[in-house]
Amino acid sequence: MSAPEAIIVEDIRPLIAFVAPLVGVFGIAWAGEKRKNLRETFTFLVAIIQASAVLSMIPILMSGKIIEFHIWQVFTHVPLLLRVDGFGLLFACVASVLWIATTLYAIGYMRGLHEHAQTRFYSFFAISLSATMGVAFSSNLLTIYFFYEMLSVSTFPLVTHMQDKEARTGGRTYLGYLLFTSLCLLLPALSWCYVWLDEGNVAMDFLADTGKVGAFGQSTQIILLCLFTFGFAKAGIMPLHSWLPGAMVAPTPVSALLHAVAVVKVGVFCVIRVYADIFGLEVLQNMDGEDWMIAIACATILISSLIALSQDNLKRRLAFSTIGQLGYVVLGATLATEQGVGGSVLHVAMHACGKITLFFCAGAIFVASGKKYVSELRGLGRKMPITMGAFMIGSLSVIGLPPLGGFISKWYLALGALDRDAVWVVVVLLLSSLLNVFYLLPVAVTAFFRTEEKENDTGFKEAPLGNME
Amino acid sequence: MMENAIAWILIFPLFGSVACAILRMGKRKICYPVAVLSMVGALWGGIETLMQVVASEEYTVSYIFGGWTLDSYPRGVGIEFHADILSILITLVVLGVGLIVALYSKLPVMEETPGKESIFYTLFLLQVTGLAGICLTGDAFNLYVLIEVAALTGYGLIAMGSKRAAAATFNYVILGTIGASLYLLGVGYIYIKTGTLNMVGIHDVIEANNLADSATMQVAFILVVVGILIKMAFFPFHAWLPNAYCNAPTVTSSLLAPLVTKVMIYVMIRMLLSVFGVDFSFELTLWTDFMPWLVVVAIVCAAVMALAQREIKRMLAYLIVAEVGYMVGGVWIYNYYGMIGSIFHVISDACMTLCLFLGAGLILRKAKTTHFDGLRGLFSKMPLTMTGFFIGGFSIIGLPPTCGFFSKWYLITGGMVSQRWEYLVVLMFSTMVMVVLFFRLIERIHLAVSESGENLGHGHGDLGLTEEQTRFDEGPLSMLIPLILAASVVLIVGIYNQDVVNLIKIFLAEFNLPKGVDY
Repeated sequence: MSAPEAIIVEDIRPLIAFVAPLVGVFGIAWAGEKRKNLRETFTFLVAIIQASAVLSMIPILMSGKIIEFHIWQVFTHVPLLLRVDGFGLLFACVASVLWIATTLYAIGYMRGLHEHAQTRFYSFFAISLSATMGVAFSSNLLTIYFFYEMLSVSTFPLVTHMQDKEARTGGRTYLGYLLFTSLCLLLPALSWCYVWLDEGNVAMDFLADTGKVGAFGQSTQIILLCLFTFGFAKAGIMPLHSWLPGAMVAPTPVSALLHAVAVVKVGVFCVIRVYADIFGLEVLQNMDGEDWMIAIACATILISSLIALSQDNLKRRLAFSTIGQLGYVVLGATLATEQGVGGSVLHVAMHACGKITLFFCAGAIFVASGKKYVSELRGLGRKMPITMGAFMIGSLSVIGLPPLGGFISKWYLALGALDRDAVWVVVVLLLSSLLNVFYLLPVAVTAFFRTEEKENDTGFKEAPLGNME
Repeated sequence: MMENAIAWILIFPLFGSVACAILRMGKRKICYPVAVLSMVGALWGGIETLMQVVASEEYTVSYIFGGWTLDSYPRGVGIEFHADILSILITLVVLGVGLIVALYSKLPVMEETPGKESIFYTLFLLQVTGLAGICLTGDAFNLYVLIEVAALTGYGLIAMGSKRAAAATFNYVILGTIGASLYLLGVGYIYIKTGTLNMVGIHDVIEANNLADSATMQVAFILVVVGILIKMAFFPFHAWLPNAYCNAPTVTSSLLAPLVTKVMIYVMIRMLLSVFGVDFSFELTLWTDFMPWLVVVAIVCAAVMALAQREIKRMLAYLIVAEVGYMVGGVWIYNYYGMIGSIFHVISDACMTLCLFLGAGLILRKAKTTHFDGLRGLFSKMPLTMTGFFIGGFSIIGLPPTCGFFSKWYLITGGMVSQRWEYLVVLMFSTMVMVVLFFRLIERIHLAVSESGENLGHGHGDLGLTEEQTRFDEGPLSMLIPLILAASVVLIVGIYNQDVVNLIKIFLAEFNLPKGVDY
């Protein structure tokens, strides 16, 4: 999404951000269950190395340059190339900084619950973060596909962490959806582009090959667009969203980082990449039937919000809320206007911060009180005022109340819709914000203003300090 | 010695096997180092020949045994070894797999066939001789002889297995003989019509005299191809394969499963491209119309049958049948990319099948069973084995950066370019089946849930096993190292796929296969 005339510099820092967690896995596995503190130190160390590598690239980007690092020539014309541009760096910053926070949180959570197999947990967590960096810094379609698959597989042991029947169901749904879509929808779409464009001599580079898809006929274009949008099922577009609530069987730190930040955001990140950098806004605007994609995104937003209303399990409610919020991001991309895509990009970051707060709170509530359901939360605000206060702030941000982050991105989305003369999209946005209020605020309201039933008083206190982010 | 490298490829294992047979008197322990050393020598010959082939002007090395000449027309009475890039690549695969399996074989051979080590290694080395010979020979009749050498030693190797192995071998003997006989009959027709048995010679005569219209040649074509299809266990001729590979000793199945079917694919490609010629095989017969549909049936049936298995080795056996479908399909969609995909898949499938069977052997040794129910907790027990095994599994699924992804990529590209949508769809279908197969295994190993969905543990990672059953307890190093070698080969072939594909492209350059990009 950067200007093509930007200066390109070779730098190893994107590779460091990608490789550091992979190397760290050895340290984590070596330290093992017996040397807990050392193991967690390794996790921290790696997270900090990654975050500092990512953050240190900001000044270079600010000076108008683009960083590249060539890893491997996959096919004659297609390299595995890491490239850092503004959008990728924003996403990488969010993911890597939140990883540090999540590690802190995970230590408190996993130790608080005396979870098993923590070494495996931290190892695969590191691998997934490595894959996330890979996606963020990918420079072409094939590269992004490699890391996308790596993420799908490496998160499976995290999703099935509980190793029981529920975990099996969740894990099956998770992998079933993600691998089915990536192997059966995405892979043909990919090879289609690589085979037919420029007589097979195309890299599908996000910078150089934008808009080349325009060479296809109209119907091929719309089929490709569908294959890509649904193929990146991590974006949770309906009807391919069911894996997300299913994956909520994972421990809360996993749900928090992977299913509010890394995994789902990788999905929408890929979708935005495809819309903005493979198709290009011009091609999208001239495409017949592109309106249908807007309609699907809007439907996702509304339906998931309605489902969220009916969920009593707090994590499931948050999961459906995530689907709705992902809908916003995809909506911004489908609008195919500068403002809309800008809104999407912003929303990726804003929602990540808001939603991870909510998940952390849900986990803190579970660790401290063992409560999973919204209806059980009465009076909790008195016992855990800080947690519920944070939950309130997170809710308000996701809803999009003016001073908080969520508002700005929604504002841009609305502007983008108006650019396209799609007033009905603005109506959808307003309606869904209203629904957000309905399903998120009652949680905090119940906790603060409804008195607890007496027999439930078990005398628990605040969660361990590590859980408060 | 250098210029004879191609001959050394066969001399090493051939004389190694003779040595093993002689050593039978008492010194059985020496057979293992003899086998490993002959494989190392053969592999050296293979690599040297590859260098020669790449360095030579026409990318071929021809080696004539026993002072015969090929000056007559049509070319050749006599024994010629004719190595071009395709044959030397597949030979290297054979030798590489042979070396890794030979390294691996020390303990399983001693344990599973005690007292028969020398016989086993004699047959083992003869098997490798036969398979490498099939790849190198330039003569259609010698090809038959070498097919029989490989088949007969294969029967012996399989029959050394469990009690049921004898019946399975008998089944294999019947079908194998039918296949080979059909092939021989076809070669007979070819000889009647062309007057030569040399592959290059046959091709020259067919071209020069326009024999494609001849009914005799058409019949010969059908006989040869059907014979090869039977030998490679193409569905519905696959019946011999699962039983044979499941009941065979560990080392036998690790050697035969990756190689036998793959080498037969090589024979098919050789026959179609080099002997009959592209025009004859693809343009003038109707095979290209219906073969992809047979492939669809084959892959679907094999995949479904693989799904129904509850035992690792049997499941892998059906996977091989499905993979044979992939490769046959890649050839018959008649397309440049499909052909690259097929040839590359021969290489990568050999690597990943080797990986899986070596892993299965280790599992069998430790867990005493390869049935799905006995697998719980194996990740914590033998993490390295399972990692190696699943690298092979991911390659079969086709996840990057394993070599399976790249061969599948070319097959998909081929299907797309030649617009064989049925082939594409069935590739997708079987990919999904493979996902189910391998992640089901991962589930079995990783989760505490029985087949019917009961919880076996008490939650929190309790697998319902005693501590002893999950304690770290890897297999012996002499078996583990070959497995890790095989797994790294899967990754290395994936990472350096461009180099392999470029070699294949050099080989395919002389054939006029449609690249068909017109939109």
